Amino acid sequence: MEYRFDSVDDVRTRLKGADYLSDEGTAGVVYLGDRLQKPVLVEGPAGTGKTQLAKSVAEITGARLIRLQCYEGLDESKALYEWNYKKQLLRIQAERNNETNWEEIETDIFSDEFLLTRPLLEAIRAEEPVVLLIDEVDRVEVETEALLLEILSDYQVSIPELGTVTAKQIPLVFLTSNNTRELSEALKRRCLFLHIDYPDMEREKEIVLTKVPDITETLADQVARIVRSIRQLELKKSPSVSETLDWARTLVLLGVESVTEADAVDTINILLKYQSDIAKAVKELSDDKGGQRRGLGKVGP
Amino acid sequence: MTDTVVPGADPTFVGGPMLELLAGFIRELREAGLPVSLTENLDAMEAVRHIPLEDREAFKYALAATLVKNNTHWRAFETVFEVYFSLRGRQYELSDELSDLFGPAEDEDGQDPPEGMDGMRGSGGGGEALSPEELAEMLYKALMEGDEALMRALARQAVKRYAGMEPGRPVGGTYYLYRTLRNLDLDAVLDKLMQQAKADAPDLTRLEERLERDEYETRIEQLKKEVEAEIRRRLVADRGVEAMAKTLRKPLPEDVDFMHASREEMVSLRKAIYPLTRKLAVRLARKRRHGRKGPLDFRNTVRHSLSYGGVPAEPKFRYPRPTKPEIFVIADISGSVAAFARFTLHLVYAISGQFSKVRAFVFIDGLDEVTRFFEGVDDIAEAVHRVNTEADVVWVDGHSDYGHAFEVFWQRHGREVTSKTTVMILGDARNNYHASQSWIIKEMQKKARHVFWLNPEPRSYWDTGDSIVGEYGIHCDGTFECRNLRQLEKFVDLLA
Repeated sequence: MEYRFDSVDDVRTRLKGADYLSDEGTAGVVYLGDRLQKPVLVEGPAGTGKTQLAKSVAEITGARLIRLQCYEGLDESKALYEWNYKKQLLRIQAERNNETNWEEIETDIFSDEFLLTRPLLEAIRAEEPVVLLIDEVDRVEVETEALLLEILSDYQVSIPELGTVTAKQIPLVFLTSNNTRELSEALKRRCLFLHIDYPDMEREKEIVLTKVPDITETLADQVARIVRSIRQLELKKSPSVSETLDWARTLVLLGVESVTEADAVDTINILLKYQSDIAKAVKELSDDKGGQRRGLGKVGP
Repeated sequence: MTDTVVPGADPTFVGGPMLELLAGFIRELREAGLPVSLTENLDAMEAVRHIPLEDREAFKYALAATLVKNNTHWRAFETVFEVYFSLRGRQYELSDELSDLFGPAEDEDGQDPPEGMDGMRGSGGGGEALSPEELAEMLYKALMEGDEALMRALARQAVKRYAGMEPGRPVGGTYYLYRTLRNLDLDAVLDKLMQQAKADAPDLTRLEERLERDEYETRIEQLKKEVEAEIRRRLVADRGVEAMAKTLRKPLPEDVDFMHASREEMVSLRKAIYPLTRKLAVRLARKRRHGRKGPLDFRNTVRHSLSYGGVPAEPKFRYPRPTKPEIFVIADISGSVAAFARFTLHLVYAISGQFSKVRAFVFIDGLDEVTRFFEGVDDIAEAVHRVNTEADVVWVDGHSDYGHAFEVFWQRHGREVTSKTTVMILGDARNNYHASQSWIIKEMQKKARHVFWLNPEPRSYWDTGDSIVGEYGIHCDGTFECRNLRQLEKFVDLLA
């Protein structure tokens, strides 16, 4: 068995090469996912690069990315496979005049030719290396999750009419979840778990520097600091990394060299999307009354 | 967590002892309430084989990825991990000299930080000479410059000097933490740092000032963590892994008892409640959409039967009309159950989109409607706070009087209870031996759709002392023990 990565550091450097700045944990879990041949369940707030992780891993391993976007009502015929019944009908019609017996037609119409592969089956049957991304798995119903179990633990799909299709190569599987509901134990058990949180300030700064061209070091630093401050407030929706990037880009476009209060207040609607959050942040950023804002949390015995 | 202690430093660590240690580690995780299955256990064993043992950080993530499948359990995991793995090594014996890094305090204050633990164990002497003032001075500098290595060393030094740890005392370490931090007086240090920052750059705008403060606060948090870690290390060295893990064991956020939550637990509960409400809202909405079918739509069925020659082959059903209950929450907010009432109000309001109308009443011995505090408010925490400070709920002496409170409710709002109303009563029914007036509940039950009673006390305490929940309970459609988030969540799920 060929491994895709040599070490955790290898994962990290190569991801960095693809402009994805991972932390120790992320790289470590991706590495383990490869070594243990287990799917990786990535969870975390929206906009922290969960989907991007799968894309970047596909990019650095030179694998094809197969993506299954989950939604409510997703079923077998959309996720796994479907029989192309129109084609089957045609086949039966075409046979009508010939003197073929029924058994022959039956075996014929349930053959590979009439099978429509959907993402999961496609990932299993692919000859070349593949990264399978099952996006927002928390959107499907608990019952539908069961569809995934066989493929996740054994990398195979059982089709009653055809038999079991086993993987030609073990794909690297990523599942993402926004945690809108508790996933079933069975699913979790089969996966390695990775929680991606908002990056710390240093890493966010790095990300801004990599992703936003023409930004100065000072501005990036300031942006990261302000975002960190805002995330400490109790908001409905904290700014995500992608929103930080949008904000940084806006500031660059506006030709801002150093963020003043006025700049921050004027452009804050890019970081925050709820009116109440904006009001709160503006209030916090522009009137800071010395040490009264927030105690250091006294410790009692 | 940039500790450089390596579990693999000792060559005998790999193999048998390692397995044993892992087994103990997993046992402790289970004791702490984390659901670790057998497969996950095996996965963990397999995972560590692929990780270079000298990389402690990777080792930690390997275990976390295989064993912890829920982010709220992360803290519990981290604590157990720290106890089991970061504390191995001779350098943690209490008698050891940890503080030899410093020469005289006027030195280049750690410009040349040591390369991890080994540097700190060097030759003896020197460190003991550090006076409290010098220590404070160095700490100030370290925080100013964000010098992590120096901060870590100083944390050690501070614990050694101030915590006054006595071998063999069975405590969890909070006391030592308190003593150390009190001596360091970090609030004053922060003020000093901010003054310095202002002095350095007099034209600091408020925004910049705030950013500076945030930066220092982060560093101080870091320092606190170091101090705490150091105390734990020393405690583990003193008392052994298992005993320590047991002392530090804390309930998971969803199992924390509302009534006995510590301040810190309260904070984590508050944090847990937001994602919980979101989850519940999604689940309820989904249940609505996919819930049972509506009743048979006769006209529609007949109309469709025409295409089958009059045979009603395809029954049609009415679109299910979702019942959106109108909810009345009547909550006891006297001291004993306040925390619980707060959470329940919080939860009910947060998912109020799922209910057609939510009205809230609070009482102690008087009763007041507090719905107005919630109207048009985005920040529920703020509203709950206003409820606790502004609502007029005291009638005579401010001791719970359920009977009187119900009387007032029935008088003022009894007519508004209709067959669409679900009434939720929150309280421990500790009535201070006043009259129960349970006939009101009986009347209420007749008029309302449902009457539920949520009691934050363990079931075994019910009907002991002045608790008369049984007397009310017989008239309710259900009484529920509701002591933690898990139980509360289950109840709300049932409600919709």
